[in-house]
Amino acid sequence: MRKVYLDHAGTTPLHPEVYSLMCEFMKNNFGNPSSIHSYGREAKKWVDEARQQVADLIGADREEIIFTGSGTEADNLAIIGTAAARRKKGNHIITSSIEHPAVLNTCKYLEKNGFEVTYLPVDGYGLVDPEELRRAIRHETILVTIMHANNEIGTIEPIEELSSIAREYGILFHTDAVQTAGKIPVNVKDLGVDLLTLSSHKIYGPKGVGALYKRKGVRLEPVIHGGGQEKKMRSGTENTAGIVGFGKAAEIAARDLESEYNRTLELRDRLVQGINDRIPDVKYNGHPERRLPHNAHFSFSYVEGESMLLSLDMKGIAASSGSACSSSNLKGSHVLEAIGLPYELIHGSLRMTLGRMNDAADIDYVLEVLPEIVARLRSFSPLANKLTV
Amino acid sequence: MYNETVMDHFQNPRNVGEIADASGVGEVGNVVCGDILRVYIKVKDDRLEDVKYMTFGCGAAVASGSMMTTLAKGKTVEEAMQLTNKDVAQALGGLPPQKMHCSNLAADALHKAIEDWQQKTGQ
Ligand SMILES: Cc1ncc(COP(=O)(O)O)c(C=O)c1O
Ligand code: FES
Repeated sequence: MRKVYLDHAGTTPLHPEVYSLMCEFMKNNFGNPSSIHSYGREAKKWVDEARQQVADLIGADREEIIFTGSGTEADNLAIIGTAAARRKKGNHIITSSIEHPAVLNTCKYLEKNGFEVTYLPVDGYGLVDPEELRRAIRHETILVTIMHANNEIGTIEPIEELSSIAREYGILFHTDAVQTAGKIPVNVKDLGVDLLTLSSHKIYGPKGVGALYKRKGVRLEPVIHGGGQEKKMRSGTENTAGIVGFGKAAEIAARDLESEYNRTLELRDRLVQGINDRIPDVKYNGHPERRLPHNAHFSFSYVEGESMLLSLDMKGIAASSGSACSSSNLKGSHVLEAIGLPYELIHGSLRMTLGRMNDAADIDYVLEVLPEIVARLRSFSPLANKLTV
Repeated sequence: MYNETVMDHFQNPRNVGEIADASGVGEVGNVVCGDILRVYIKVKDDRLEDVKYMTFGCGAAVASGSMMTTLAKGKTVEEAMQLTNKDVAQALGGLPPQKMHCSNLAADALHKAIEDWQQKTGQ
């Protein structure tokens, strides 16, 4: 059976070049980068090289990169670290209502600890209105954290505009760029951000490693205390192999950015067009233009997402859904709720995110299989058929 | 996540559809996740001659509806009223804990359909 992986926003496989380099590194290097001897120095050299590669991906300086254990940890460090460092200045944080749980739940945690958080609404496309941000700013506001692009619907936020407003008021700006780095151009100076989150496993690097960009001069309190690694910002002996792999992945992502952008965009448009042509009663979610090139997001009326995922999986196709039934907490997607989708359309949501594993034949296969699946599920949906009652 | 029996009933659901001249219809919405299951019954001589269902729900809901109709068909009304979600889940060889509520949909909708018939016929 054909296997089609359409969940690249969930995670990605290791790039073969990353895999080779990590193997070579792990075979020959076990040193602790903090050690003085040759083993330690060698490991440190590799880690520094990776730091440079990650910095280059986002137009930063090597010294501005803090390696962490995940994108989630980088978000925590950015938000909790700022809150702790600026506590005397104020206790108010502004974010959006469509952030990843790594940001949302960190904000909720701070709310339980004396901070106040404003969750900015978004429009039907998932965009934050810069004027809403301006209105939400208070004397006590110390941080604005708004994601670069949304992981579900792929909408790209107007970060330049938003960060310039924060700057007017001397408020720090953090953006979660986990979904954008390596997919669309990301430059910390153009974006005007003070803090920016990255994750390795979304760009064909290993899992369990991330990074926080911290602009020179920005003060943070560490969240993890100990031996003072990563300039005291993240203690703990470094995940050297993971960092080396992340560095290589960042280098490849930068090198291939334009070609992969164009390739996935073309495939995505073919997929979207094909679905619109073949399946009735479907809504394309997210923004028509301000959108990640590899993201396609639909709601199919009258059908439930987990049923779609199961049916697709039986045909070898991997995708994801914001349906309550497909989540572990049985809550529908907060993102789809925030863009105003009624619950039936949240239930019938399907996210397909493309990447290196896909070619045109994959798209044609999905276009062959998906219409049948939707039609079958609709054939016994009480919403599609209202005979009696 | 689901066992083979559940997947079989999901892939080939038994008794899906509607009954045009149903003796009773029952529909329940799930407060937990927002899903819907509708059951149609055809009663003859106090027996469920036919049972059909429609659902807007997860894999477990589809399979539970299928198993419920299989279990209920041919039973007397009284027997069918005794059918519980536990029976449905058990017949399916078990459901993941977070999916147990989906089997409630099936049993509850069946009972509602029977009550609908009872009301209509004054039983
Ligand atoms: C926008 C966004 N932020 C943060 C994360 C978390 O990253 P990680 O899986 O490295 O913790 C993800 C990935 O799930 C994401 O999509
Ligand atoms: S019907 Fe929603 S989780 Fe089963």
